[in-house]
Amino acid sequence: MSVDADTVKRIGRLARIKVQDSDVEKLNGELNTILEFVEQLSEVDVTGVEPMTSVAPMALRRREDKVTDGGYPEKIVANSPLSEDNFFMVPKVVE
Amino acid sequence: MTQLVDTRTPDPKKFIKGATGDWEMVLGLEVHAQVTSESKLFSGSSTEFGQPPNNNVSFVDAAMPGMLPVINEECVRQAVRTGLGLKAQINKRSLFDRKNYFYPDLPQGYQISQFKDPIVGEGKIYLDMGEDGEVEIGVERLHLEQDAGKSIHDQHPNMSFVDLNRSGVALMEIVSKPDLRSADEAKAYINKLRTILRYLGTCDGNMEQGSMRADINVSVRRPGGEFGTRCEIKNVNSVRFAGQAIEYEARRQIDILEDGGTIDQQTRLFDPKLGETRSMRSKEEAHDYRYFPDPDLLPLEFDDAFIEALAKDLPELPDEKRARFITEFGLSSYDASVLVADRESSAYYEAVADGRDGKLAANWVINELFGRLNKEGLNVTDSPISAEQLGGIVELISKGDISGKIAKDVFEIVWTEGGIPAEIVESRGMKQVTDTGAIEKVVDEIIAANPDQVEKAKQNPKLMGWFVGQVMKASQGKANPQAVNEILKAKLGL
Repeated sequence: MSVDADTVKRIGRLARIKVQDSDVEKLNGELNTILEFVEQLSEVDVTGVEPMTSVAPMALRRREDKVTDGGYPEKIVANSPLSEDNFFMVPKVVE
Repeated sequence: MTQLVDTRTPDPKKFIKGATGDWEMVLGLEVHAQVTSESKLFSGSSTEFGQPPNNNVSFVDAAMPGMLPVINEECVRQAVRTGLGLKAQINKRSLFDRKNYFYPDLPQGYQISQFKDPIVGEGKIYLDMGEDGEVEIGVERLHLEQDAGKSIHDQHPNMSFVDLNRSGVALMEIVSKPDLRSADEAKAYINKLRTILRYLGTCDGNMEQGSMRADINVSVRRPGGEFGTRCEIKNVNSVRFAGQAIEYEARRQIDILEDGGTIDQQTRLFDPKLGETRSMRSKEEAHDYRYFPDPDLLPLEFDDAFIEALAKDLPELPDEKRARFITEFGLSSYDASVLVADRESSAYYEAVADGRDGKLAANWVINELFGRLNKEGLNVTDSPISAEQLGGIVELISKGDISGKIAKDVFEIVWTEGGIPAEIVESRGMKQVTDTGAIEKVVDEIIAANPDQVEKAKQNPKLMGWFVGQVMKASQGKANPQAVNEILKAKLGL
């Protein structure tokens, strides 16, 4: 598996990372090197092996349906560059 | 994902006329239903509606670094209950995936959802389409996912305000198969799904508060032909808007196709003010969600005993209740459907019908009570007449103590003043006169006073109605109409 220049630009856009045209070629090469490295895994025959979801055989932990958190809006917006009345303020996004 | 299968036979009544011939619409719905729970799907903050901004937010919901999700077991139970209510396959092992996209109301940068292995698989919803009979609509799947926060745009000229109270609240996304063929069916589907969810108590179905929202996939085709390209109308929050959006969108697509154009697969938004749909440009590129299994969550697994325990406590569902009303009380299919539309109405009806004439009870509940409640903008739970009181009125009619007409007066008195119907009828002398002797006496007086009318009636038996009216008037409506008819017929020799 490998990616081309267009894919590199698209991945950049989807991840909100600005990719300069002059960087595309270099990034393309790096990404393909990574993909090639990972590709080695496909040499292993995994027929009949369940995908591993955890290194330890354990079940998903569940909690009771109780309100145990929240109620500190000031802390939630504390790191926000801009806030008002405990709302986050962001550049306008309207459909 | 799955192969689309056409399960329906084209019905000319549903075709849409175009300039170049008939068209048929194909609809599929994705309904987002907020799970009824105290706390969120993966955090312990509250789900309560109408709280101050960012009050129901924990560091997990705000996606602070290092915070980990822990699943709420009640949300899992609610999803399984809903699956059972939709007669669906329950998957004892399901997985959570990350759906990646950027939006200010999504602090994680991804939504935790279920992509490949949802908690609930295929099920069914039956719609009662009146004259067209019952229609079976396939459910493709139901999965659990997180809701996003809310953006408010009208507080500032060039900033949006973001409130994360809803962020992380559990949603069930219920996806239908592309089995719907008209706006009416889509509306009936939303209503029926809401009824089922409310019976189960797994979602309050409150569309005004956003507890239930629908994404509607619309495409058109020549009747019975290949499926066309679809457009998705996002976030429709009322049944009425769903109908309008579908009609508009189908017509828009037909016009494009008839002008020789092609449909671009698009995400669109319905504008209720303009009554039209328009393209959401921002979503055009967002379709690449790059799903992958969420490494923070293990597979969700449970056993048969877990499912059986929930199945055992399931309430009687609308379809079963409706069938029981038809056989037990002899109701028409229509009346039964009206009564089971919500749990409160059906409970009220059952209390009225208990040990009484079920059909008569249905008439009074549907026509008199619901009619009056609607007029006054009240819910059945706010009814000033209790089921016991209305039952009392029904009983008096059944016993022949009062006529249907007098019963309406009693209804009015109980509605405004309260009281026990039997006592009201007794104390106000409203009891029907079934004593034939007393009726005969009145009939004799009227015949004696109106010899001309008697002659005319003998020529033209239709005029007997005039005598019935006079007798009823003289008895202040209390004479038993059947007895009056019989006595008059005999006395006039008709």
